[in-house]
Amino acid sequence: MIELEALTKRYGDFLAVDRVSLTIGAGRIFGLLGPNGAGKTTTLRMIAGILEPDGGQVRIGGHDMAGEPMAARAVLGFVPDRPFVYEKLTGAELLRFTAGLHGISGPSLERRIDELLELWDLLPWRDQLVESYSHGMRQKLILSSALVHGPDVLVIDEPMVGLDPRSARLLKSLLRTYADRGGTVLVSTHTLELAEVLCDELAVMDRGRVAASGSLTDLRRAAETKDAGLEEIFLKITRGAADSEITAVLGNLA
Amino acid sequence: MKVVREFLLLLGPKWRSTRRRGAGARGRAGRVLLLLGVGAAAWPFVYFTLVRFLHALRGVEDVGPLLAARLLALGLLIFLGILLLSNVIAALSSFFLARDLPAIRSTPVDGLSLYLARLSETLVSSSWMVALLLVPALAAYGRAYGVGPGFALVAIAGVVPFLVIPAAVGGALTLLLVRVFPARRSRDILAVIGLGSAALLVLVLRVLRPERLVNPESYRNLVDFLEALRGPTSTWLPSQWTADALIGALEGRFDPLTWLLLWTTAAGVTTLGAMLHQRLYAICFTRAQEGDENRLTRTAGWKGLEWFLTPLGIRRRELILKDVRSFFRDPTQWSQLIILAVLVVVYVYNMRALPVRAGTTISGYLTTLVLFLNLALTGFVLAAIAARFVFPAFSLEGRTLWLLRSSPVPASEILASKFWTGAVPLTGMALMLTIMTNFVLGVPRALFLLSLGSILCLSLAFTAQALAWGVFYPEFESENAAQIPTSVGGLLFMLGALGSLGFVVVAQGWALRGYLTSGLPGRAPRLATLEEIGLAFGITLGVALLTGVPAMKAAEQRIRIGARD
Repeated sequence: MIELEALTKRYGDFLAVDRVSLTIGAGRIFGLLGPNGAGKTTTLRMIAGILEPDGGQVRIGGHDMAGEPMAARAVLGFVPDRPFVYEKLTGAELLRFTAGLHGISGPSLERRIDELLELWDLLPWRDQLVESYSHGMRQKLILSSALVHGPDVLVIDEPMVGLDPRSARLLKSLLRTYADRGGTVLVSTHTLELAEVLCDELAVMDRGRVAASGSLTDLRRAAETKDAGLEEIFLKITRGAADSEITAVLGNLA
Repeated sequence: MKVVREFLLLLGPKWRSTRRRGAGARGRAGRVLLLLGVGAAAWPFVYFTLVRFLHALRGVEDVGPLLAARLLALGLLIFLGILLLSNVIAALSSFFLARDLPAIRSTPVDGLSLYLARLSETLVSSSWMVALLLVPALAAYGRAYGVGPGFALVAIAGVVPFLVIPAAVGGALTLLLVRVFPARRSRDILAVIGLGSAALLVLVLRVLRPERLVNPESYRNLVDFLEALRGPTSTWLPSQWTADALIGALEGRFDPLTWLLLWTTAAGVTTLGAMLHQRLYAICFTRAQEGDENRLTRTAGWKGLEWFLTPLGIRRRELILKDVRSFFRDPTQWSQLIILAVLVVVYVYNMRALPVRAGTTISGYLTTLVLFLNLALTGFVLAAIAARFVFPAFSLEGRTLWLLRSSPVPASEILASKFWTGAVPLTGMALMLTIMTNFVLGVPRALFLLSLGSILCLSLAFTAQALAWGVFYPEFESENAAQIPTSVGGLLFMLGALGSLGFVVVAQGWALRGYLTSGLPGRAPRLATLEEIGLAFGITLGVALLTGVPAMKAAEQRIRIGARD
């Protein structure tokens, strides 16, 4: 379970996240949407304990991230928006390292590492340095490292970046199965199709605030549209550029 | 014209990034003040020491001026070696591995513009320290020879080609190395460079035998000695041409041939480098992008290390293993260890060459003085090694820091693993160096133990200080680990470390003053008392604790609250 209470973050004078409150229950997949610079990544990094908030509270699995950071991080698996990992470790070593940070080692870990690498077709690359991995392979490796210690909560910033269609489909079913078994998933994404088919609940962030949240039906109501797709709802809530403006800009570029 | 415009355009982003990184959160004024402070401390020291020394030398009839000229030639020869090595390493980074190269290569930029821009980058990043050191050194020569401020222009005219030549040669060598090695084998390339430099250094030392110059008895007669002094270090090296040109100017002579040789060589190697670049760069760049055969297995060595570290607990073991693996798999890191090993051998060799061993020409009293000099020099070497290998430890986490910060690992654990990863090899090397040099010098047992204890304290304190400065002044965006210590934080660490080292040396001298003065003429020589040794060690331990422990505490706090940035 993830609970956010009036979460706030400033960068100097810029208010990046403004009193965001959300509750994501166990067994749910929650999608965080929003235009660039809306505060999604900052929110996720605060949830993961990477950034300290200027105000508000984050609780992961009932543990306060400020008061019990180690307990909160122990039940968390995090995937950042950009897959930077240690270039000079092999795939297996990276997973062993991540598990080690969670105090896990031994033969059962080795089996789990092989299972995860097999799942993503990375087993042939097991003993290759990460520096030789492609972008998509790194993303798959980081997804594996977020899962290697068996977390209760998964926080993923842009899950589909670099993934081929087969891996993207695999990830969707993996997240669904994970949630069905009681796990909590929070994903931030720009892929509205993914959010529409995968997420049980959604929130649209705009300028650091939650502009609307709930099920797709709730969002339709907030956007005052009937039967609209998520793209239309998103554009309406975030006041996105109209088609006519886009055509004008493209005309100038051509 | 197009080349010049593109050249400036290509240098623009680097120049602006450097300026902005300098301006940083702590303000440009602070950085300028800091650099001025460093300059104010280091330049006068070099200048006045050298002026004094050169005045003393010039006072010696016949031999003095020759020795002064030889000193300049030797200094420039050492700089040339350092410049060549650092240019080759920097060129590998700026011509082949820089992150912006794919984007630049996809634009219609002229090959010559790219070559000149990358050569300039290589030159600046490799040569700025040498250039800064040459300023007070050449000013001292100017003062000692009584020439006017106009010598500054002559010095610039002599130093510029001296810096350009190793940069162009280094760039060309790197290009050829990448051409010869079939893929992205920077590991092998740097191994070749490291071993080549080591061999070169040993060869230079064996050929030149500089220790003979301080031991004139080794020459058959005075004529031989003078001949040895008069002879150039090598007629074929630009360091000798620069030295000849500058000494000529200092003595009021103008040797057009030397100047011509210097400048035409600089222009020639740059032109040849450009031609080579035009011909080979495209294919070499493509090869540099090819994947290396990086399949690695858990060898017995790694398994042994894993087993050895197991008592530390899983977390600490994995943190240390990760750092050790990353270090030994990164050629820009470990290749410098080869050079370091050679320098250590040279250091011990020089100690052996000193005529101060017990039972030889000079008494044990001088041995004690050399012991202090040894402590200062070993401390300096330790500080430099800590700056190079421990200071960047936190910066190297860089973009991967998210993994540690989102894991259940306390800041103290991260810091402790980095501390021990740095402290164990540093202390091991320091103790080995001290034992070897003390053994060579024939130091009495009590002083032997004092120097061992002192160096142990200093190496642990320097590790803590280097780590802490690295946490406070991280260089997360740096593309080359070797460049991280040249940042403001690196300079601050060196200042702090050398300050505490100076304090320890002076305080130990004070604690042992009774013993030291007992060797003076008219007094009865005696051994150091246990109280004196205890006091000297107590002061050293105190300095180590007072500088090391608060540094570690502050760094831990900084990592914890760093999450607010």
